[in-house]
Amino acid sequence: MNEVIKAVSNTFLKMPKGFVVTFKHLFRKPVTLDYPRKKKPMAPRYRGKHYLERYDDGTERCVCCGLCAAACPADAIYMEPSENEEGERYAKLYEINLLRCIFCGFCEEACPEEAIFLGHEYEFSDDNRNSFIVAKETMLVAHPRKENPFKRVYRRVRKVYGVPDRQR
Amino acid sequence: MLEIIVASTIKVVVVMAAVLTGCAYATYMERKVVGHLQHRIGPLYAGPYGLLQPIADAVKLMFKEDIVPDKVERATFALAPLIAFVPALLTFAVVPFGGDNTIFGYEIKMVLSDLNIGILFVFAITSLGVYGIVLAGWSSGSKYSLLGGIRSSAQMISYEVSYGLSIIGVLLIANTLSLRELVDRQASDSIWFFSNWYVFKQPLGCLLYVVCAIAETNRAPFDLPEAESELVAGYHTEYSSMRFAMFFIGEYANMLAVCAVGATLFFGGWQGPFVDSVPLLGIVWLVLKVFVFMFVYIWLRATFPRFRYDQLMNFGWKVLLPLALLNTMVTGLLVVQGVF
Repeated sequence: MNEVIKAVSNTFLKMPKGFVVTFKHLFRKPVTLDYPRKKKPMAPRYRGKHYLERYDDGTERCVCCGLCAAACPADAIYMEPSENEEGERYAKLYEINLLRCIFCGFCEEACPEEAIFLGHEYEFSDDNRNSFIVAKETMLVAHPRKENPFKRVYRRVRKVYGVPDRQR
Repeated sequence: MLEIIVASTIKVVVVMAAVLTGCAYATYMERKVVGHLQHRIGPLYAGPYGLLQPIADAVKLMFKEDIVPDKVERATFALAPLIAFVPALLTFAVVPFGGDNTIFGYEIKMVLSDLNIGILFVFAITSLGVYGIVLAGWSSGSKYSLLGGIRSSAQMISYEVSYGLSIIGVLLIANTLSLRELVDRQASDSIWFFSNWYVFKQPLGCLLYVVCAIAETNRAPFDLPEAESELVAGYHTEYSSMRFAMFFIGEYANMLAVCAVGATLFFGGWQGPFVDSVPLLGIVWLVLKVFVFMFVYIWLRATFPRFRYDQLMNFGWKVLLPLALLNTMVTGLLVVQGVF
């Protein structure tokens, strides 16, 4: 008898509460993302795949000083310098091994020329190891580029520290 | 004579196709609804909104390897899925889905077989489904399967009694066993089209029916036979490919059948507004009612955790059975007094 009363009272007093709770959740925004079609907006300072910056006239900023390679804790950066017709240093060969890279961003911090940055791209899985060694050509940004997200930030930093911007 | 054969054949084909499609899309609905209840989004990739997902699943299951483990009883192992699958579909033979319609000059009854003991047939047939599960559990030669099968038989026997008793009230009031007549008695011409539904005369009976039906179809929170957290997959652990698919379709067909019978018994079946003026509208009403029932099923699954085995037995014998007996007694008394 007691069990019947308890069951009946549970049915009418407690079970509806549970139903209401789950029903409310039916209309909440799902946490799951429709991933490859809709992408999560990345945090502005997210450290993804590297890219190499250029000056406004299109020449590469990287002078192949080797500081990024020296700063790299994973030893992922390899470079070979060369000189162009005007006697300026540039990187003949600049490779990053993404399988070694730990995306710490030390290269970005070490770079005196503001040439290397860690971008927002994170979808670079592949089926062979060789394709993870990315060459300079694939990392350089396209030349006439609309908007450099870091430019504004760096301009302000330069202003604060009184460093003249080297324009070309 | 020929006309009757042709007409019934067409009806059988149409109903079976509809039921199997319904089963397929019941799985889709379940995944979508449970997904959203859990802040997920459910299937999304096969076709728009994942609408082709059931078809993709069916194709996948058909092309999977049919594994027969060494220690199984081969004949029973092969037979069990069929025993689980066929009775589930048979139930739809007596569920009426419309009044008499005249199509191409022929008078067509919108029910496969107008059995005068329809409801008895339904209960007899749905109880057969348990043999499939028990035999599957026994013949698989696996501990998990056996435990699932044993649980299923114990559960089915316990809940069968209350299941049967829960509808006695309706039968006493309606004084008929034919599902077609049961639906006719719930018709109403007034604007309150639901005023004659038996759910208002038998609220407790309806509640008991729903609870027992969920237990009968082995659905959460009564899904002990396939309790995946304890028994891997219960009675169908050793099954794969189409044999597994048969259990799966059988389970969903059973759910649909139980929903359809519940809608017929307590919610007026195909009766609804404008059924007399618009042809074939009865089907829409029945489908709609089944849909609502199914939603409650899925909602319940997402809301409550599984019973423990002793709780299940206590609930079945100490709560449901006395309530069902009480309901029968009170209804009988009221019928004798002429209240209904």
